[in-house]
Amino acid sequence: MGGAEILFIGNNFARLLEGLWVTVRISLISIAFSLVLGTALGAAMTVKNRAVRAVCRVYLEIVRVMPQLVWLFIVFFGITKLTGLNLGGETSAVIVFTLWGTAETGDLVRGAFQSVPKHQRESALSLGLTKFQSYVYIIFPQALRGLIPNIINLSTRMIKTTALVSLIGVTEVLKVGKQIIDANRFEYPNAAIWVYAAIFFMYFAICFPLSWAASRLAKKSRKSD
Amino acid sequence: MTLYALSGKIKITESLGQILVDFEFIEKFTPMYLEAARLTVLIGAAGIVLAAAVGLLCALVKYYRVPVARQIVSAYIELSRNTPLIVQLFFLYFGLPKAGIRLSSEVCGIIGLAFLGGSYMAESFLGGLTSVGKIQLESAESLGLRRHQVMNLIVIPQAGAVAAPAVCANVIFLLKETSVFSAVSLADLMYVAKDLIGMYYNTGEALLMLVVAYLALILPISVIFAILERRLRRGRS
Repeated sequence: MGGAEILFIGNNFARLLEGLWVTVRISLISIAFSLVLGTALGAAMTVKNRAVRAVCRVYLEIVRVMPQLVWLFIVFFGITKLTGLNLGGETSAVIVFTLWGTAETGDLVRGAFQSVPKHQRESALSLGLTKFQSYVYIIFPQALRGLIPNIINLSTRMIKTTALVSLIGVTEVLKVGKQIIDANRFEYPNAAIWVYAAIFFMYFAICFPLSWAASRLAKKSRKSD
Repeated sequence: MTLYALSGKIKITESLGQILVDFEFIEKFTPMYLEAARLTVLIGAAGIVLAAAVGLLCALVKYYRVPVARQIVSAYIELSRNTPLIVQLFFLYFGLPKAGIRLSSEVCGIIGLAFLGGSYMAESFLGGLTSVGKIQLESAESLGLRRHQVMNLIVIPQAGAVAAPAVCANVIFLLKETSVFSAVSLADLMYVAKDLIGMYYNTGEALLMLVVAYLALILPISVIFAILERRLRRGRS
């Protein structure tokens, strides 16, 4: 069962980290887009107009019902076939994760807005604050407190899900791991167990602090209620 | 005359079919998708049931604060929740054989799903259990109920109602996660779709059938769960 040194031979470890960065970069870009678009979607989901709300709802359900991997296939293989445009794995991934992240962020933002009791808004208005002021000083701060832990949790979910991009041909950490294993098949026949264990703990090292922070923040905001 | 008309019809549908969708292709490979869907359902169901069992066990350990086991369960939950299923599967399928543990892709799928789902289920069950207030327990005890009676008559009915929606959400989540199984060469829906795209280049048809198959699997379940949840909420308020 020896062979753990495979991780540190040459620049293997650095290569794995580089591979990890590919997926993390995809998730960071997607998260950034999702936050902007998702906030807009969430705002649209709280408007009075029923048609707008229905359209948003349908979008959310359509994105949610299918596994993310199916969406990756649809965009990666389908769009190429349909339009002849070769998007490449990374671009397809960013598109899919942005569409998905927007839907999920939108739902979280909607929930956060609706969690602020109605009387807060009414009190603000009756105190003479303008609508704009009531949003900036009363509603946003309260909505944000519950929202941030949820957004962090969504980010960890997105980071975990980007591990799927190896299946549409992106050379990320799992692919790099496989290359290392294959290249050392004879000298280090046990490389697979070490490499995959290392990747396992790499993801853990990224996601655990995030979910820990999220649960701390959630507890804090619950306590101050 | 009839023969001529018929051949004309076939020609029309054929050319139409080529423009829109290749129905012949769909007809030919539907059995493959059905077989794959069957496999997805079987492995998924086994994994989800096992996940629920693991989750219940972990939730009870945390609820009763069993020493040592409690710490192990907490560590397991963090490990399982903070790593992607595909990485867990790769470790099981490609890594473990190097340590002498060789598992088939089916077994890997079930274990992987149970490992991932166990932690999600544990948190849902625990959420239900802890939602039953201390007053309830103390009242039950002061009424002279035994420990197992308190559990069966007081805790489980209330905890179940609280945990049910979260457990249902987990089931749907885990069912969707089964799409990753193709990565450890399980011949599931994704595997068939990718195979057909690679072999025949009928990308549109292969993807269409993939979407239809997943919709047929997931939509009925989520509709049923939504109805159940609404009923449960109405019953409580």
